[in-house]
Amino acid sequence: MSALETSPERIAAAPRRFTGIGDTLFLRITQLFALVVLGVVILTVCTTAFKAMPAVRAFGFRFFTSTTWDPVADKFGAWPFLWGTIYSSLIGLVLAVPVGVATAIFLAELAPRQLRGPVSFLIELLAAVPSVVYGLWGVLVMVPWLRDNVEAPLSTRFGSVPIFAGAPFGVSVLAAGVILAIMILPIVTAVTRDVIAAVPREQREASFGLGSTRWEAIWNAVVPFGRVGIFGGIVLALGRAIGETMAVTMVIGNRPEASVSLLNPAYSLAAVLANEFSEATGALHQAALQEITLVLFGLTFLVNGLARWLVWSVTRKAGGRR
Amino acid sequence: MKRSLFVVAPVLFAAAMTSLAGCGGTSSPSSSETTGSVPKSTVSSSGGSQLTGAGATFPYPVYSKWFDAYHQKHPELQVNYQSIGSGGGIQQLKARTVDFGASDAPLSDKEAAEMPAAVVHLPTVAGAVALTYNLPNVTGKLRLTPEAVAAIFLGNAKKWNDPLIASANAGVSLPDTAIAVAHRSDGSGTSYIFTNYLAAVSPEWKQKVGAGKSVDWPVGLGGKGNEGVAGVVKQTPGGIGYVELAYAIQNKLQYALVKNSSGTFIEPSVASTTAAAKGAGNALKKDVRTAIVNAPGADAYPISGFTYLLLYKEQPDATKGKQMLELFEWAIHDGQTMAADLYYAPLPKEVVALNESMLASIQSAGQPLLPSQAKQGAGSQP
Amino acid sequence: MGGNQATQWRRVRRAQNLFMLGLCWLAALLAMLPLMLVLYHIGKTGMASVNLEFFTHLPKPVGESGGGMRPGIVGSLIIVGIASLAGLPVGILGGIYLAEFPNHRVGGWVRFAADVLSGVPSIVLGVVAYTLLVVPMKRFSALAGGMALGLIMIPIVLRTTEEMIRLVPSSLREASLALGIPRWRTALGIVLPAARAGIVTGVLLSAARVMGETAPLLFTALGNNFFSLDIDRPMASMPVQIYSYAISPYEDWHRMAWAGALVLVGIIAVFSLLARYATRDRLGYRS
Repeated sequence: MSALETSPERIAAAPRRFTGIGDTLFLRITQLFALVVLGVVILTVCTTAFKAMPAVRAFGFRFFTSTTWDPVADKFGAWPFLWGTIYSSLIGLVLAVPVGVATAIFLAELAPRQLRGPVSFLIELLAAVPSVVYGLWGVLVMVPWLRDNVEAPLSTRFGSVPIFAGAPFGVSVLAAGVILAIMILPIVTAVTRDVIAAVPREQREASFGLGSTRWEAIWNAVVPFGRVGIFGGIVLALGRAIGETMAVTMVIGNRPEASVSLLNPAYSLAAVLANEFSEATGALHQAALQEITLVLFGLTFLVNGLARWLVWSVTRKAGGRR
Repeated sequence: MKRSLFVVAPVLFAAAMTSLAGCGGTSSPSSSETTGSVPKSTVSSSGGSQLTGAGATFPYPVYSKWFDAYHQKHPELQVNYQSIGSGGGIQQLKARTVDFGASDAPLSDKEAAEMPAAVVHLPTVAGAVALTYNLPNVTGKLRLTPEAVAAIFLGNAKKWNDPLIASANAGVSLPDTAIAVAHRSDGSGTSYIFTNYLAAVSPEWKQKVGAGKSVDWPVGLGGKGNEGVAGVVKQTPGGIGYVELAYAIQNKLQYALVKNSSGTFIEPSVASTTAAAKGAGNALKKDVRTAIVNAPGADAYPISGFTYLLLYKEQPDATKGKQMLELFEWAIHDGQTMAADLYYAPLPKEVVALNESMLASIQSAGQPLLPSQAKQGAGSQP
Repeated sequence: MGGNQATQWRRVRRAQNLFMLGLCWLAALLAMLPLMLVLYHIGKTGMASVNLEFFTHLPKPVGESGGGMRPGIVGSLIIVGIASLAGLPVGILGGIYLAEFPNHRVGGWVRFAADVLSGVPSIVLGVVAYTLLVVPMKRFSALAGGMALGLIMIPIVLRTTEEMIRLVPSSLREASLALGIPRWRTALGIVLPAARAGIVTGVLLSAARVMGETAPLLFTALGNNFFSLDIDRPMASMPVQIYSYAISPYEDWHRMAWAGALVLVGIIAVFSLLARYATRDRLGYRS
C-alpha cells in the first residue's frame, strides 16, 4: 500500500467540518443512492418470495425432491433442474480447475516476463466474451465435434457403464460442463495467479534451500500456502457456473430428467427459466418458476458468500485491508 | 486533451452507429417519414404507430410475410410480431402486455375464465404438423403409422430399425441407431395439436401423458419454438421432431408420410391440409376451437390444425383496435394467397365468413369498430 | 550403495519436475485454445457476412435470405444507454458515499448488498424486472430491459468508484479542507475529478459487460423486427437476435448470428480497450 493512498482511517480522521446544509445534503443524498443497492436486493428477495408463495404452499419441501415437471397435471418438482445445475457445474470445475491452476502456476512462476502480459490478457479476454456467443459456438461447432469425437467413442466402448450410458446426441450435460469449464477458467486462473504471486518469497527460498526442484517447491511449499485463497477462487467459479444461462440452455438438451450419464441431456435452473418463464400460463406454473428463481438466487448467494468468506479470511491473515 | 478522448470516443462511436442507423437502409420506410406524421393515438417517436403481437411459432413464417407485406402497403403501421410460443401469446395477452396474441392451442374453458375479459379466437390459416427426421442414408420418405409415432414419442421404440417402424417401410434399410426425439421446451400450440393427435390414436399416450401445450414428455430433447425443434433435428443425426411443414421444407429437412384414419399414407402438404380443414366449417361455427386432428377423408393429413389470433372483444384503444381489425380483414382475404406459397392451407370459405362476423362483433367503448356488415350471427365463442 | 539409489531418486525427481512443468506450459496453451477457436469461427464466418446490408437493413421475413441486424445493433446501444442512465447515478454516488464515509455501519451493509448483487445470475434480475416493470406497465419495453441491465451495472460501478476515490492521495483532500472548502465541495470538486479516469474505466467496463447480456432482455425488451427508437416499446438487441438465430435451423440465420457475434465482440473489445487506455494515465498513482 503506497503512502499516497488514503486509508479509511485517514479519511475518517479528516476534520468533520459540516458547514451547514451543503454537507448534510451531500451525506444524505449519497447515502440514499447507496441504500438503493440494499433496497434492490431486498426487493428481489421479497417479490420473488411473494410470487412463489402459491407453489411453496402447494408443494412444500417436496418441491426439491420431486422429479415430475408436469404443467398439464400442475405438478412441479425441481430436482431435475437442481441436479442438472450441480452436475454440469461440477463437470465444469473438474475440467477447469486443473487447467486453471496449472495455467496460473505457469503465469506466476514459469512464464518469461514478456509472455506474462499477453497470456494473462488472452485469458482475461475469455471472460469478456458474452455467454450467448459461447452458446452460438457451442451449438454450431463444439457440440457436433464433441458428439462425433468424444461421445460416440465413449458410447460405443463404455456404453454399459452407467456414467456413459445413453445415446450420443451431442447436446448433453457433458457439453454443458465443457462450455462452463471454458467460461469459468479465467476466474480460477486469475484468482490462483494472484494468490500464488502473493505467497512470500521465503517459502520458495526455504524449499530451494532444502534442495527441492522447481516443481517440488511450487507444489509442496507455495501452493499449499495459498490453498485457502485458491479454494475461494474455485468456489467463486462455481458460483458463476451455477448462474450461467444462455450457453447452458443452448447445449444441455433441455430435458427435465436427472441421470448420472454424462451423455444424457439435462436441464438447469437458469435454463428452465429462460425457456418457460415468459409463457407459463397456469398460476401454479408461474409460482413454481418464481420459486425456482428464488432457489437460484439462494444457491448463488450461499456459494458466493462462502467464496467471499474464504477470500476474506485469507486477506485478513495477510494483513490486507477490507 | 488525451484523457477526454476516451470519453469522446465512445460517444462518437455511438453517434456514428446511430447516424448510420438513421440514414441509409432502403428497406426501412420508417426513415422516410421522420416529420409531420398524422398524430395517432399511440405517441410514438418513430413517427408511425406500432402494434405488438406475440405467440405461436407455428404460423410465424406466414405471419412474418403478412406483416411485412402489410407494412409495405401501409407504411405508417408496423406490426411487431415476436414468436415466443403459443403459451407465451396467451400469457402476454392475459397480462395485456401485447395488443394481440397468437396461439394454435385455443383457450380452454378454464383459461378463458382466467382472462380479464372476453377473448375472440380468429382462425387465420391451417397448417400441417410434419414429422421431420434426420436420416442421411435413408432416401425417399418414411411411412409412419400412428402406432409407430406414439411408440417413438413414448420411448417404447428406441431405435430406428424397430419393427413398428420397419413393418411399414419394407425395402428401406433403417439404421440400427438410437432415435433422438425432439420436442418443445416452451408452451406450444404445435405441441397441443400433436399431443391431441397422439391422445386420439394412442390410449397409452392419453393415459400416461395427455394433451396440452406443455406436457411431461417421456423422452426427448427440448427445443425452443418450432425453430428450435427444427434446429435440433437438423443438428442431430437420428433425430425426429414435430414441426410446422414450412420449417421442414424451408430447411430441406426430411419429413414422413403418416397413415390417416382412412388407412392411406398421406404426405403433409397444402392439399392434404386443405382436405383436413375442408369439412370443418360447420363444426367451427358451433365452437371455433374444434380440433381437426385425424380428420375424416381419404386425402386428409391427420396431424393438422388451425391457428388462431387472439384479441379482446372489448378493445381499450379504439384506434389500435381499428388498425388491428383492418389488418386481420386483409389477412383473411388477401393474405390467404400468400399462405399457400408458404405451405399453409388457406381458410375454407365458411370459416372466412365466420371470421368476418366475429370481426364485426369487436367493439370499443360499446361501439363496433368496423363499419357494420350485414352478416348473420357470430359463431360461438368461449 | 546408497549413492546409486540417491542418484536414481534424484533422476526421478528431475524427470517429475520436467514433466509437471511441461504440463503447466501445456495447460496454458490449452487455456488459450478455446478463445482462439471461438475467435477463429467468429472471424471466419462472421467476416464473410458483415457487409453494409448487415448494418443498414431490417431482418427479412422467415425463410427469405438476406436482411440485416440494424434494429438489434442500434437497439443494443440504446438499451445499454438506458442502463447507464439508471445504473451510473446509483453506482457513482453510492461509491462516493462508501469512500467518503467509510466508518458508517450502513456502508458495510451496502457493500454486502453490492457483493450479493454482483453474484446474482442476470436472469433472476430479468424475472424481477418483468414482475415489477413489464406487468404493471402492461408492455414490454426497452426501458424495462435497460433497468434490468442497469441493476447489473450497479455493483461494478460502485466498487470501481469506491476504489478509485480511495486511491486519491489524502494530501489533496486535506489541503482542500485546510483551505476551508466544505466537505461536499472537496469531495465533488477536488477528489472526484482526480478519480475521474478510474471511474470512467469502471463505467466502460460495466457497459461492455452488459452489452452481451441476453437472459434479462428475453422478457423485458422482448424483440422487434422493425427499427425503433421508442424506449416505451419492445426493442431488438444483438444478443437476443443472436440467440434466436443460433437455435434455428436456417443456414442464413446462422450466418447472421456469426456476423452479429463478430459485431458484438467488436463493440465489447472497443469498450474494453478504451477502459484500459484510461487507466494507463493513472500509472503514476498506482502502487
